[in-house]
Amino acid sequence: MAGISRDEVLHVARLARLELTDDEVAKFQEQLSAILAAVSKVAELDLADVPPTAHPLELANAWAEDEPRPCLPLGDVFANAPAREGDYFKVPPA
Amino acid sequence: MIDTLRLTAESAKELVRAKEISGDELFAAYLDAIGERDPELHCFLHVCEASPGDGIPIAIKDVIGTKGVPTTAGSKILEGYVPVYDATVAARCKEHGLRLLGKTNTDEFAMGSSTENSAYGPSHNPWDPTRVPGGSGGGSAAAVSAGLAPWALGSDTGGSIKQPSALCGNVGLRPTYGTVSRFGVVAFASSLDQVGPVAKTVRDCAYLYSVISGRDENDSTTVEVPPVEIPESADLRGVRIGVPRELNEAEGIEPGVTAAVSAAIEQLAALGAEVDECSLPRSVEYGLACYYLIAPAEASSNLARYDGVRYGLRSEGADFREMVMNTRHDGLGDEPKRRIMLGTYALSSGYYDAYYGTAQKVRTVIKREHDAVFEGFDALVCPTSPTVAFPLGARADNPLAMYLSDLLTIPSCVAGLPGLNVPCGLSDGLPVGLQLIGPQFSENTLFRVGHALEQALAFDYVPARYRR
Repeated sequence: MAGISRDEVLHVARLARLELTDDEVAKFQEQLSAILAAVSKVAELDLADVPPTAHPLELANAWAEDEPRPCLPLGDVFANAPAREGDYFKVPPA
Repeated sequence: MIDTLRLTAESAKELVRAKEISGDELFAAYLDAIGERDPELHCFLHVCEASPGDGIPIAIKDVIGTKGVPTTAGSKILEGYVPVYDATVAARCKEHGLRLLGKTNTDEFAMGSSTENSAYGPSHNPWDPTRVPGGSGGGSAAAVSAGLAPWALGSDTGGSIKQPSALCGNVGLRPTYGTVSRFGVVAFASSLDQVGPVAKTVRDCAYLYSVISGRDENDSTTVEVPPVEIPESADLRGVRIGVPRELNEAEGIEPGVTAAVSAAIEQLAALGAEVDECSLPRSVEYGLACYYLIAPAEASSNLARYDGVRYGLRSEGADFREMVMNTRHDGLGDEPKRRIMLGTYALSSGYYDAYYGTAQKVRTVIKREHDAVFEGFDALVCPTSPTVAFPLGARADNPLAMYLSDLLTIPSCVAGLPGLNVPCGLSDGLPVGLQLIGPQFSENTLFRVGHALEQALAFDYVPARYRR
């Protein structure tokens, strides 16, 4: 299972919306292969009857009253926006 | 003359209360110290002007959102980002009268063990500036040790509070998961991230923990916390302390680290604690692998928000998708890219069960193993870091070697347990940290044991080269 191909690096980068240069693809292929070889150790244990832990506290659903509260003013919402048009975030065409 | 190198927050508070110094004089003394020593150490990414009040100053790690004060998480993708609201922990410090000195350096998105992954350049260890301060919270730890802040906030996912405190020779607490709000904190791995205090003494650390902890309606993972007891006693009679073999004998632990920790363990027994060996075989053997699947998987999801749309960097692109991909290429450094790709891979179709699903089951194994040990012990003790502070650059090109820096801090983090670093001596003139681990919500026990040990060892937390 260890080892990741060049195509897999490119596939994962596309899934993660990461543009990579050719040099980066080569570097990450080597580094990710080494890391995957190390973390594949988890497959050694017999885990047939072990449930997964998603979260260290045994919390049930945390309910809150559904009460309307003021939200951030628009000036704050757009304060860090790279581009704005009216009350919208402006982006290049899809 | 205020000696910020030696002054604890507790003493500072007393001096202000007795009107021997004013709050403004205190704040100015820290600004002077920053002006004098931070050009060499680079602990701060942003230094604040004095805010009104007489409260004790505090430094805050730059992954914690502070209203009106730039917050970058050590990343170019958040360069210039100014939060429009305070993280709950920052708000609680403010409500308590604490005055923000500045924002401290961190590995980008808290991913690293040396601060060398900061997009703004590394911090340096106050004991020896050719060495790293640890990470990711190296800025906070180095600032406290160099007298640039009386105390600080850090964040810890797999050791980012405990390990830098060990390498810089101060006290750092990673609290029990769920005790401190993450609202307004830049998210890395949400089932692991915790905010916690860094200070010169266990008492200061306990006090700051009491300020920031407790349920927050804005973070549904937080719970009510037992009242914090500021430790006073030097007597450890009745406390059962376990010495897990694997955490004390792991490959790579330096002899000087073992020597200092062993001497401290003897000291614990001398103080009246019942000390005995125990075992956590699978936690140490599988902890790192488990962590480096779960944390990157959660990071890949959390960092999806940096898309150049609502805040942060935006790069040009012919269409929306190209803009997003270019923004993330230009704005994120190598370590976040590596972890995003590793996590995306571990979560992707066909690999989910083998990697992420398996890691979550291993997490159960690690948690159960700790639960079983705590039936016989109140706290566990081991080194915090296998080594003292290492030279800048020594591990920078080898991600796996860097990951091993957290071998001893990671297992308890995966299990959601609290851990306290207490300095326990020097090896080759550099601090050695001792890690105390307890069951969930046992912070008061860790403070009690840590305080008694600190009093007995009388470690001088002022870096030797600054002593006058």
